[in-house]
Amino acid sequence: MGNVMENKINDADVLLDCRNVWKIFGSRAPAAVKAVIERGLSKKQVLQEFDCVVGVADASLQLRRGEIFCVMGLSGSGKSTLVRLFNRLIEPSLGTVTVKGREMSALKPAELREMRANTIGMVFQSVALLPNRTVLENAAFGLEARGVAKEKRNLIATAALEKVGLADWTSRYPSELSGGMQQRVGLARALASDPEIILMDEPFSALDPLIRKQLQDEFRQLTKSLGKSSVFITHDLDEAIRIGDRIAIMKDGLIVQVGTAEEIVTKPADDYVADFVAGISRIHLVKAHSVMKSVAEFRASHPNIDVHSLLKATPDADIGQLIDLTMQTDRDAVAVVNNGQVVGVVTTRGLLRGVAGNPVEPRVAA
Amino acid sequence: MNLDQLQFSPGAYVSPVVGWLNSNFHPFFAAVAKGVEAALVGFETALLFLPPYVVIAIAAVAAAYFISVRIGIVVLLSLAFCLLAGFWTASMQTVALVVAAVLVSVLVAFPLGVLASRRPRVEAILRPILDVMQTVPPWVYLIPAVMIFSLGVVPAAIATIVYGIPPMLRLTTLAFNQVPKSMVEMGQAIGASSRSILFKVEIPSAMPTLIVGLNQCILLSLAMVVLAGLVGGGGLGLEVTRGLTRMEMGLGLRAGLSIVAIAILLDRVSKGALQARRRGPG
Ligand SMILES: Nc1ncnc2c1ncn2[C@@H]1O[C@H](COP(=O)(O)OP(=O)(O)OP(=O)(O)O)[C@@H](O)[C@H]1O
Ligand SMILES: [Mg+2]
Repeated sequence: MGNVMENKINDADVLLDCRNVWKIFGSRAPAAVKAVIERGLSKKQVLQEFDCVVGVADASLQLRRGEIFCVMGLSGSGKSTLVRLFNRLIEPSLGTVTVKGREMSALKPAELREMRANTIGMVFQSVALLPNRTVLENAAFGLEARGVAKEKRNLIATAALEKVGLADWTSRYPSELSGGMQQRVGLARALASDPEIILMDEPFSALDPLIRKQLQDEFRQLTKSLGKSSVFITHDLDEAIRIGDRIAIMKDGLIVQVGTAEEIVTKPADDYVADFVAGISRIHLVKAHSVMKSVAEFRASHPNIDVHSLLKATPDADIGQLIDLTMQTDRDAVAVVNNGQVVGVVTTRGLLRGVAGNPVEPRVAA
Repeated sequence: MNLDQLQFSPGAYVSPVVGWLNSNFHPFFAAVAKGVEAALVGFETALLFLPPYVVIAIAAVAAAYFISVRIGIVVLLSLAFCLLAGFWTASMQTVALVVAAVLVSVLVAFPLGVLASRRPRVEAILRPILDVMQTVPPWVYLIPAVMIFSLGVVPAAIATIVYGIPPMLRLTTLAFNQVPKSMVEMGQAIGASSRSILFKVEIPSAMPTLIVGLNQCILLSLAMVVLAGLVGGGGLGLEVTRGLTRMEMGLGLRAGLSIVAIAILLDRVSKGALQARRRGPG
């Protein structure tokens, strides 16, 4: 299914397009870029030979309208650098970033400010609230910097604070708020400018697990209900899976895999990703369509069972739901139905395989 | 070979330079002297125009109203002390000189300090100069000032200004280097201009250290003003010098305590005024 969806990307739906972007830090960066292209040096070789650090290497990705795109990677893998290339807080060494059809590096200073003020919001891990301003003034800061009149900006900022559940805290100071609440103010500040794209650089990393989970759910719901798109940086795969429609995995500045949570968990691109996803529970990730057998195959092994007599599930039903269905009857199989057609059968063996994360049996075209 | 000839004497190089400056730029220095003198006399006259009681009352009420009642009381007590010590005129002269000198020092040091924090190369050039300026004993500042402007209140003011620049400059640079990078990044990411980032993000965030810098600048300027009593700077410095040369313990002590009162006054008022604009919890 994921594949089918990917095939029909409409160009107009791509809000942010990042193509072959490199960022190499250091005084000899241009020479290093050249050497990397010509000789394909690794991050380590670039460091040894040019004393330059590769932040991001040849990254390409597209953020589509209405999508939450997570970028996951360990510390130092270049996530923050990548996300700062999107709003040009960092200039790329090579490659182009296009936002809503406009190339970022071609923007003049005033246009760039305009773009940041209206189209691309950002939320930081460090929150970056001004300590000498109230919650309301902080939330209104983006509008203030743009010269919006006080009454109007306070009205908009109050509405943004309401969305994140801080309506009662407007006249408090940041130091009076918990970490989670401060992070909500940061989000409200970004929302007040009503941007189409929100860049989130590990916003919830410093919070404790319960608050984090709560904020993740709230963020996803809010983003979807407001119709925003987001690039969400995290070093936590669980968070990426919880929040992201698609996930990119970064390692040493390279994007090693892009896909839905299910694709990444069921078909890791390499050993690195496989190691990462090894501990992830598949119950809610793996869907019927990736563990089902074809009807013909099922008939061959179970000649006396009529597939139409089985309980039915959609191809998108996850393993948890399939287990529930299986437990409701004494049959060991569930039929997968799409548009009224039985397209496959999930057997108990298939379920077990899905949970264990073993290579899937040869897949059958849906 | 005579080892004595190897002696290094920077004075041998500096004094011809000062002499050359003097003979070639005399009209310029004369104009500077006139300007400085006019400004100081104007300021002083304003402070001494009204009777002391009235000045004290106005200053105390204004401080209490605009800053805080506590600062108002500090103003009242310190000025009353100066009056009772019998140094009202001298104290006002000193206040005028210090306030004027500090204003100029800050006007020079603040932009340079910001520049140094943005451009490491500027900092690299300024650092050794500041090191030298801060280690040279304050008396030495008076020599070129007197050579160029002769005796009086003008060399005192010039030496005070120059002496007050290094601490303010250093701490301005430090203050701006300490502004969290993420704060500036936030300003940029939100689409703010560099001017709004400077005034709304960087300066408020740098303010605590800037206040320390200003405080250093004020106290060192005050020390220099007192020293400048030696070269005819007038004010409380003159009284201290008198106490010293005549070995009058009482006079010296009264003048010294008045200086302390002025120091406390200027420090608390400047701090209070800057902090009052930084609203915050508690
Ligand atoms: N301004 C800079 N100058 C030189 N090297 C830098 C700079 N910024 C980042 N780097 C290097 O680029 C690499 C990627 O850094 P980045 O901050 O993007 O990682 P990250 O994935 O965000 O890590 P974390 O999870 O710790 O935030 C690191 O090796 C880092 O040392
Ligand atoms: Mg980071």
